Amino acid sequence: MKKFTARFLLTPAVGSLFLWMIVPLVMSIYFSLIRYNLMSPGEHEYIGLMNYEFFVTDPAFWPAVLNTFLLIGSVIVITLVFGMALALLVNDKFPGQSIVRVLLISPFFVMPAVNALLWKHMMMNPIYGVLAQVWRFFGAQPVNWLESYPLLSVIIMVSWQWLPFACLIFITSLQSMDREQLEAARMDGANYVQQFRYLYLPHLSRSVAVVVMIEMIFLLSVFAEIFTTTGGGPGFASTNVAFLIFVQGLMNFDVGVASAGGLFAVLLANIASVFLIRIIGKSLEK
Amino acid sequence: MDKTLLWVRTGAAWLVALLIFFPILWLGMTAFKTELQAISVPPKFFFTPTLENFIEVQSRSDYLLYAKNSLITSVASTLLGLLIAAPAAYSMAFFQTRRTKDLLVWMLSTKMMPAVGVLIPVYVVYQQFQLLDTRLGLTIIFTMSNLPIMVWMLYSYFKDIPREILEAARMDGATLYDEFRHVILPLGIGGLASTALLCLVLSWNESFWSLNLSSAKAGTLATLIASYSSPEGLFWAKLSAASLMAIAPIIVFGWFCQKQLVQGLTFGAVK
Repeated sequence: MKKFTARFLLTPAVGSLFLWMIVPLVMSIYFSLIRYNLMSPGEHEYIGLMNYEFFVTDPAFWPAVLNTFLLIGSVIVITLVFGMALALLVNDKFPGQSIVRVLLISPFFVMPAVNALLWKHMMMNPIYGVLAQVWRFFGAQPVNWLESYPLLSVIIMVSWQWLPFACLIFITSLQSMDREQLEAARMDGANYVQQFRYLYLPHLSRSVAVVVMIEMIFLLSVFAEIFTTTGGGPGFASTNVAFLIFVQGLMNFDVGVASAGGLFAVLLANIASVFLIRIIGKSLEK
Repeated sequence: MDKTLLWVRTGAAWLVALLIFFPILWLGMTAFKTELQAISVPPKFFFTPTLENFIEVQSRSDYLLYAKNSLITSVASTLLGLLIAAPAAYSMAFFQTRRTKDLLVWMLSTKMMPAVGVLIPVYVVYQQFQLLDTRLGLTIIFTMSNLPIMVWMLYSYFKDIPREILEAARMDGATLYDEFRHVILPLGIGGLASTALLCLVLSWNESFWSLNLSSAKAGTLATLIASYSSPEGLFWAKLSAASLMAIAPIIVFGWFCQKQLVQGLTFGAVK
């Protein structure tokens, strides 16, 4: 009886997620094995693994894989380091603490499309953008961010969005630090580095795991920031796997190749998730 | 000595916070400028604000329709998500089996699948069922993509509810409904609220699916903003006004609920 109830309650969630996963997956596998281009009607003949070959040998393929990892890696490192520094900075009471927190958290609620347009035009525009004006104020040559450093520009935008998230989680975690232990360490003459290394860092390890896991999930599919700003270019300089599939599927109208690419992305995500969830699942269980 | 340190820290914290907030502030200011002031060199910090841009945006692209779509799809997908996720999380938390952990990991792994990877199949299916550019279609997608996170969050909240209380209720002959209504709901209300808030934010800001599956009829605010991206990109003041109207509701909402949101986002793992 109990078992039946438990199953019954689980069914809607498991069933719908299963459908949500399996239907597109099976369709993708089917599409990826046939010749299917929306621009060239005709027989959808079976062509084996040619679509995969085409996708993997695309000159943009390896750059896209590399960019995906660079993007995820740098954003995670930036948000962890600065998030932790900021959290430590605003942890103890000071005048206006709550307002500072509200300001810090805000970028997290900005939708990716707005984030991208805001940075592209008002911040990074080489003539009228705020950054250009700051550069000029210091007598430097304004930088054409999106042209010269496309991937870096995307990393900046995405980091700006996720920094508040990391910061907030660290703030929350710091609030449960053992005050007496800290006091004792200070009494014994522990300096800041020692306090950080032996007290703060171990305490924050669990939140680091959470931040890495959530950011991985969301950063694997960064799309809007690239779509609205650099369009993956110049060349493939800011194309990640997600954007490459979009280009194949919707701009080249090649459903077959795009499906092969989609399956590759799913594979990539699964490799990442196996490693990640194993490691992080453990630290969450503690 | 301590006093100087406090002042230095206060100054540093304020400086960093203002720097991080600056792009949003700038967006807000540009929204009230004329187009000419918006691109003036050097930038103008003092000017007579105008409401022209907002009127223009509303008259040109019917902001209210997009806002309504955003509101309906986020609220509906949040409610639907809770309806599916809460029973599942309850079952996992109180009838744990050997496979529960694996099931949770599997659920989360579906979230790792990049949306682009499944865009084409979803598009084809949606075309078949005439769900393209409908609010129902977007609601279903938002629900499905938030579901894994909702189950995880609710699971970690429900797990913290003491089992003794549940067992006592069962001894007293409580039915499943009683149990849920009188034990889980009151004790887990914080968790349910956090989960709901987070889902609202995620759905409101969702850009990929709404850009690709909706346009004039069911388009959300993300679609509206994207329509300002290329041809009108040079009209910064109007772009800013539209952007400000798109993000202001959810930012203000976020300010009020930040505590619940953070708790939710950490899956209850960070206290």
